Amino acid sequence: MIDIALDVLSWILLLLGGACVLIGGIGGLRLPNFYTRIHAASLTDTMATILIFSGMMLQAGLSLATLKLFAIMLFLLLTGPTATYALANAALLSGLKPDAGTTSDKPKENSSE
Amino acid sequence: MIFIFGLFLLTLLVITAIAIVRTEDLFVAVMLTSIFSLLMAANFFILDAADVALTEAAVGAGVTTVIFLCALALTDDKEKPRQGSRWVTFSTVGVLALLIIYATFDKPRLGDPDAPVHQHIAPWYIEKTTEYIDIPNVVTAILSSFRGYDTLGEVFVVFAACIGVLFILGVSPPRQAKKVTSKSTGLRHHLIPQVVGRLLIPFIVLFGLYVQFHGEYGPGGGFQAGAIIATGVILYALLEGESEALRAIPRGVLLGMVVGGALLYGSVGVVCMFMGGAFLDYSVLAADPVFGQQLGILIIEAGVGMAVCGALLAIFHAFASREILS
Repeated sequence: MIDIALDVLSWILLLLGGACVLIGGIGGLRLPNFYTRIHAASLTDTMATILIFSGMMLQAGLSLATLKLFAIMLFLLLTGPTATYALANAALLSGLKPDAGTTSDKPKENSSE
Repeated sequence: MIFIFGLFLLTLLVITAIAIVRTEDLFVAVMLTSIFSLLMAANFFILDAADVALTEAAVGAGVTTVIFLCALALTDDKEKPRQGSRWVTFSTVGVLALLIIYATFDKPRLGDPDAPVHQHIAPWYIEKTTEYIDIPNVVTAILSSFRGYDTLGEVFVVFAACIGVLFILGVSPPRQAKKVTSKSTGLRHHLIPQVVGRLLIPFIVLFGLYVQFHGEYGPGGGFQAGAIIATGVILYALLEGESEALRAIPRGVLLGMVVGGALLYGSVGVVCMFMGGAFLDYSVLAADPVFGQQLGILIIEAGVGMAVCGALLAIFHAFASREILS
């Protein structure tokens, strides 16, 4: 009984995580300018990391694999947002103004992802 | 399931390759090459070649991307527009592609048990590894003992590549050395990457050492470990500035690692000869031949790790220091 409950819970977490990644992907393609795109991709990624890795840890049960998954999750939770920060910071320093009104960052050359 | 995943990855690989060829922005091309390497690593992994996957991920997606970016900083990041027709190029590439596709028809199917390699040599390796060397990772046994000559050759290739790059880019132009100080601060005033990076560097280097000394029991070995440790040091260089990294590990030490690593490998072979065996026949290194093999593998893996780490870092510094000086 508890096994089935854990399995269902882990699959719910995995599917939610997958949905997060999908939303992030759509956002990265559809949103108008650089900062909104990076925003869509990074936030959903962080959430998806937590959801997917929790789901996988539930699937793995109490074993060494769970510990490894936890370590990988910690690593991704540290590096992902840092990479996003570094990317946004580099864009700001290279002269791309964060402006919610712009619908495209074509005028600036150095703006594509 | 794994078949669908493999097909998906290979399709992405082809798309990435076409994108690399088509893009005119070299910066985008470098990023795509990095993605290509990452996809390739995933492909190797699902083919159960974890050792190669580790190398590909560390070298292809990590170190070479940084070196390419350093090289781009020295030149322009737009491709030169080319004039004239390109039918010679296109026809050459087309003919070669057709030839290669034709050649694959003779290739045994992936995982075919009747393939020539599975008839005599692979079973022999798998069978004799426990008898002669007694380590769980057969790949390491083949790499460093059964095919020790090949690996020695690879180390010398790394050595030669490092020397070639240093010859072309020059080790250190001493006249301009004073200009360095002000500019090479790296990301020092960006707090978040610096804090996170500093947190990660010890773990990266620790993982590198684990891969180095665990190579006999799991995927890994000298090549992977050298590349992983090099990425850790390069991360330090990106955070603190290149000159700071050079102060932590001076150029002389790097060159010493490259030369010493290659020399260590070769001298193990010579010592084997002095102790009455053949070149790189580690069995004579200890009274117990199995322990002798394990000792020899440990030493030559250390040599490989030193050479690879030193070579990658020396090449990185050769590019990066030039960027600051010019």
